[in-house]
Amino acid sequence: MRVNIDDYRGVWVFMEQKEGQLLDVGLELLAAGQDLARKLEVDVCGVLLGDGVKPLTNQIFEAGADKVYVIDDPILKFYRTETYMKAVGDLVRKYKPEIFLYGATSNGKDLASAVATDVLCGLTADTTLMDVNVEKRLFEASRPAFGGNIMATILCKKHRPQMATVRPKVIKRLPPEPGRTGEVVEEVITLKEEDLKTKVLEIVKSSKKAVNLEEADIIVAAGKGVKDAKGFAMVAELAEAMNATLGASRDVVEAGLCGHERQVGQTGATVTPKVYVAVGISGAIQHLVGMQNAELIVAINSDREAPIFQAAHYGIEADAFTVVPMLTEAFRKELSREPAGEETEETEGVTSRG
Amino acid sequence: MHILVCIKQVPDTKIIKVNPKTNTLDRSSAPAILNPYDAHAVEEAVRLRKIYGGKVTVLSMGPPQARNAIRKCVEIGADEGILISDRRFAGADTLATSYALFKAVEKIQKTDGVDLILCGKHAIDGDTGQTGPGVARRLGIPPLTCVIRVEDVDVENRTLKVHRKVEEGYEVIASTLPSLLTVEKEINEVSWAPLPNMIRAARYEPSVWNVDDLDDVDIKQLGLKGSPTIVGKMWPPEKSKGAKMISGDPADQTVAVMKIFMKEQELFTKAGRKN
Repeated sequence: MRVNIDDYRGVWVFMEQKEGQLLDVGLELLAAGQDLARKLEVDVCGVLLGDGVKPLTNQIFEAGADKVYVIDDPILKFYRTETYMKAVGDLVRKYKPEIFLYGATSNGKDLASAVATDVLCGLTADTTLMDVNVEKRLFEASRPAFGGNIMATILCKKHRPQMATVRPKVIKRLPPEPGRTGEVVEEVITLKEEDLKTKVLEIVKSSKKAVNLEEADIIVAAGKGVKDAKGFAMVAELAEAMNATLGASRDVVEAGLCGHERQVGQTGATVTPKVYVAVGISGAIQHLVGMQNAELIVAINSDREAPIFQAAHYGIEADAFTVVPMLTEAFRKELSREPAGEETEETEGVTSRG
Repeated sequence: MHILVCIKQVPDTKIIKVNPKTNTLDRSSAPAILNPYDAHAVEEAVRLRKIYGGKVTVLSMGPPQARNAIRKCVEIGADEGILISDRRFAGADTLATSYALFKAVEKIQKTDGVDLILCGKHAIDGDTGQTGPGVARRLGIPPLTCVIRVEDVDVENRTLKVHRKVEEGYEVIASTLPSLLTVEKEINEVSWAPLPNMIRAARYEPSVWNVDDLDDVDIKQLGLKGSPTIVGKMWPPEKSKGAKMISGDPADQTVAVMKIFMKEQELFTKAGRKN
């Protein structure tokens, strides 16, 4: 399992796709990968697996890759650990990358865990910060540990590749460079369908995902300070007036005021909206790890000592039952002035935010 | 059917404190508990045993006091528990842990056979979810992660069907026995332990194995020595300076915060609600 680490060069990013669509997290990781690769003076490479996926290579180059390794085979149509692990493991053994990043999605985490055991290398989970010690070519993957109570940098000195899964939305994508191109390396997979143990029989999509906190730009979330269904409804009204998605703390979910799909925090969704309004949320560490990367956090709480005021950018010490209806009213008035549906494409980019 | 459940004793991360001087965790500040996700795995194993018959064994690696976590599993309904405990296991990362557990599973397989292995989604102290898939890879059996439902097990034909949670919904996957499943918490509700289980658990003594009880162990792959990853530095998460407090009566506060929000006016008018 000890390897000659000098044989390993280059930064790889697993480009997860579903039904021929690249997931955003892979494109985000190309930005991080490019940064690491430039420091190490090597290429950043995408790894693309699937059935009929070759046309996606252009998008991967435009997002920053210098090279793309592609295995295009019907056997890879759906993600399965046994096929993807074999394909990626073989690529690693043949081309020897020094750093390999995966999105921390269901499949990305599954794959990275299997590949790490297959090639016997180190793997850091749910990384949120990345850097590299150029002299030692040592990848520094940092992540929250122990329920977010502490940050830890994980190193892997004697094994290669140095692998990490990285949470979606912690890295900003590079603006795509139209026409940018690079080298495509095609490989084949040697497995046969009849030798496999698993089969994806069906993919059942939630008809419409009821709530998509992860993708929301604006979130208004209720905590136990809203007390009951009436208080929760009041926060829901504010959310509606703000065009926001409604979220909740664990207490509120456990009190049965809404479903788990609205829960923000360690055991719920990790969110990175542009605006996050916390109403009556005290701010337990488990909640904070799920929302602290929001760009603008406004907290409303009657307890000046509530830890949410440490994480927030702006705080309003007030009784939610007084201030929330006023805010709802203010938003209704403010936003109704804007004639709905007349926003045109041109305004985009003209008014830059913040 | 013999179902093996891999479990871990963890500090309760909800209340653990960080020593501000050393930036290390003060483990004495938090009680050791059964990893909550593992409780769901044990519950599911017990549920499957009720349908298909057989036996539920739990397996854990940890210090001697981890016997308490195994007793908790007996409360939920596990039949037997095995703890592998040895200083030579200490300091293991997920790769070395999966090797040690793999060696223990091999030994159990020899005497009892193993039809199905269940694990929790991840442990709340490490939060990695890597050990279960690692054990599966070492055993050469399919790992099925993110399982939210075991639809059917066909013990005779050695197949099973599970639902696996993915971002857009769920997948229905057919696999073969033995497989290793890591389960999400929505797979079941952990029920209150019936009194006879509690009495049995209180008196239960799990088997404890050390490295020498396992066969053909490559000591170099155990513990700290067998772990490719090490922890570099640890530091407390960045504390922001704290919120800028908006003063005044609620009407003033509303006006002031609206000014802040309205710097982003086009965001509010354009945002599509994701619900």
